Amino acid sequence: MNFATSPVLELTLPAWRSRFVALLVFCGFAVLAGRAVYLQGLHNAFLQAKGESRYGRIIETSANRGRITDRHGEMLAVSTPVKSIWAIPEEVKFEGPQLSKLAGLLGMPEREITNRIAETGGDFVFIKRQIPPEVADRVAKLHIRGLFQDREYRRYYPSGEVTAHVLGFTGAGDAGLEGVELAFQEHLAGKAGSRRVIRDRLGQIVEDVESIRAAQQGKDISLALDAKIQSLAFSQLKAAVIRHRAKAGSIVALDVGTGEVLALANVPTYNPNNRAQLSGAQLRNRAVTDTFEPGSTLKPFTIAAALESGRITPQTKIQTAPGRFTIGAATIRDAHPEAVLSVEQIIQKSSNVGAAKIALSLPAESLWDMFQSVGFGAVPRLGFPGEVAGRLRPYKTWRPIEQATMAYGHGISVSLLQLAHAYSIFARDGGIVPLSLTRVDLPGTPRSVITAQTARRVRHMLELAAQVGGTAPRAQIAGYRVAGKTGTAHKQENGTYAAHKYVSSFVGFAPASNPRLIIAVMIDEPSDGRYYGGEIAAPVFSRVMEGALRLTGVPPDAPMRPVEMPAKGQEVEESI
Amino acid sequence: MVRLNLFLLALLTVCALGLVTSQHKARKLFAEAEREQERARTLEVEFGQLQLEASTWATHTRVAHIATQVLRMRAPDAKRIRIVTREVPGEGRRQ
Repeated sequence: MNFATSPVLELTLPAWRSRFVALLVFCGFAVLAGRAVYLQGLHNAFLQAKGESRYGRIIETSANRGRITDRHGEMLAVSTPVKSIWAIPEEVKFEGPQLSKLAGLLGMPEREITNRIAETGGDFVFIKRQIPPEVADRVAKLHIRGLFQDREYRRYYPSGEVTAHVLGFTGAGDAGLEGVELAFQEHLAGKAGSRRVIRDRLGQIVEDVESIRAAQQGKDISLALDAKIQSLAFSQLKAAVIRHRAKAGSIVALDVGTGEVLALANVPTYNPNNRAQLSGAQLRNRAVTDTFEPGSTLKPFTIAAALESGRITPQTKIQTAPGRFTIGAATIRDAHPEAVLSVEQIIQKSSNVGAAKIALSLPAESLWDMFQSVGFGAVPRLGFPGEVAGRLRPYKTWRPIEQATMAYGHGISVSLLQLAHAYSIFARDGGIVPLSLTRVDLPGTPRSVITAQTARRVRHMLELAAQVGGTAPRAQIAGYRVAGKTGTAHKQENGTYAAHKYVSSFVGFAPASNPRLIIAVMIDEPSDGRYYGGEIAAPVFSRVMEGALRLTGVPPDAPMRPVEMPAKGQEVEESI
Repeated sequence: MVRLNLFLLALLTVCALGLVTSQHKARKLFAEAEREQERARTLEVEFGQLQLEASTWATHTRVAHIATQVLRMRAPDAKRIRIVTREVPGEGRRQ
């Protein structure tokens, strides 16, 4: 049969039927096209976001907190990553021996883990924080359902309690809470960044899409601190506090030339790596945040003010007999009444009467000027939290008795750091440079407080005080000339002076021919029967200074022979 | 006309395969770079930990303890120290 003659072809259908089918097909296409336009043109943002979320991820790029090193680059504080293990309580499911293995790895009783999970109803509970990465890896290998890990940082302090107060510590989120960690928070803290990446099916990153925020690594800090001097200072201070059954103690070592803080330690202290049970007393950075009435260590400033005024010379004779001096209702006493003393001897023997008489011969303003210009009554601005200014009342409100007692360090309060800093005017020919916690390569220009001549004269007096015949022969060091002044003061309690509570202190510098280091020691409430600064604080000074001079390579400026000590009964007792 | 079309088709296929290969290579290299960076981070961390360990071992307190207790070392006393001054030409010996 021929196709062309097929009878089917003979059939004629109404024309509308084919048009109707064509219309239907056209409508179908129109719907598809409309949908395509809608999805790809109008509604594409949503779909693109959905699509991207299938493969795109935003990941955090971590940032380290900066390290803290001492002046020679020794590590004092380092952050290292640790893991925290957390769980979703509803999803946790232990199978077989998983629980006991986990308990073994984390060093926790099984009961504690299950309790922790059971007690928290929410959907998040920390099982254990800050565990070493190796342990965390082994925990991960247990493949426990509902158990997850997070990376966090932990800060370690290798020198522990020795540098605790200087460095401080960090709290949650690696934020500095105390000491240098707080003072330099901005500098040390890193800022975590984030970036958008494409991950493949296996979770590997295959493409970097964009960097949302670059991570900023924390910057390192090189402190002025010398770890060896610090350690020596701390161990000697601790030994002295234990030996004299004292309540507390502080020590500060400064570089004369640059104002750098080479060592700063307090007892009692704490271990910053394990801060489980901390008391306020342990946390106090006493050398900076506590003030005390310094006692006789302030006399050199009175003498310096008087020498500056030209009213006296080191040889001027002052009548101190009969060892008592009455102003109004109050009486100032010397421990050992002497007769006529030269100004030099007043420092050497630490006579209260002498110092008071000299102070009263001066206008109150010049004494106040002296105290104020060496930094008393002003916050040192080192950046430590809780730095105190101490108390120095305006001279217009002084009564004569106050002016007299201030001459030997009562009625005025200072921190140990201020006191050590103030002594730099004697150690460096009258100038003073600001203190610094960080390394100083180019010391600033000193601000002149007294003339070089006055500074040298007082330095000589301080050298006499630290020899046989002075109040502090125990401050001597073989091979070096030492200058310094003792202080012993009754402690103030509830507004009156406590009868048997003392603060013993010593501030000095060496070598006296060209001073390099200033060390100030303060021992609070020694209670083994002795309390004179010359007996309690001066030996600590001597041992620390000796070691520090050796460690910094300062050549001896005196013949190397054993130090002389006064014969028994010949010691000069200080007036309190 | 047909030959030109066939040629263009072949060219297109080659280009498409080339794109696939280079994309694959790029991803492989990227993954490798990523791995190396991760390794660098791990090494950095390890370095920090080693530094930490080193400074823990070298703590002054520990060194001092070993020197005095184990090795029985001590600083010489003043009697046994002699200070030697450098000889300055033309000045002769001092001390």
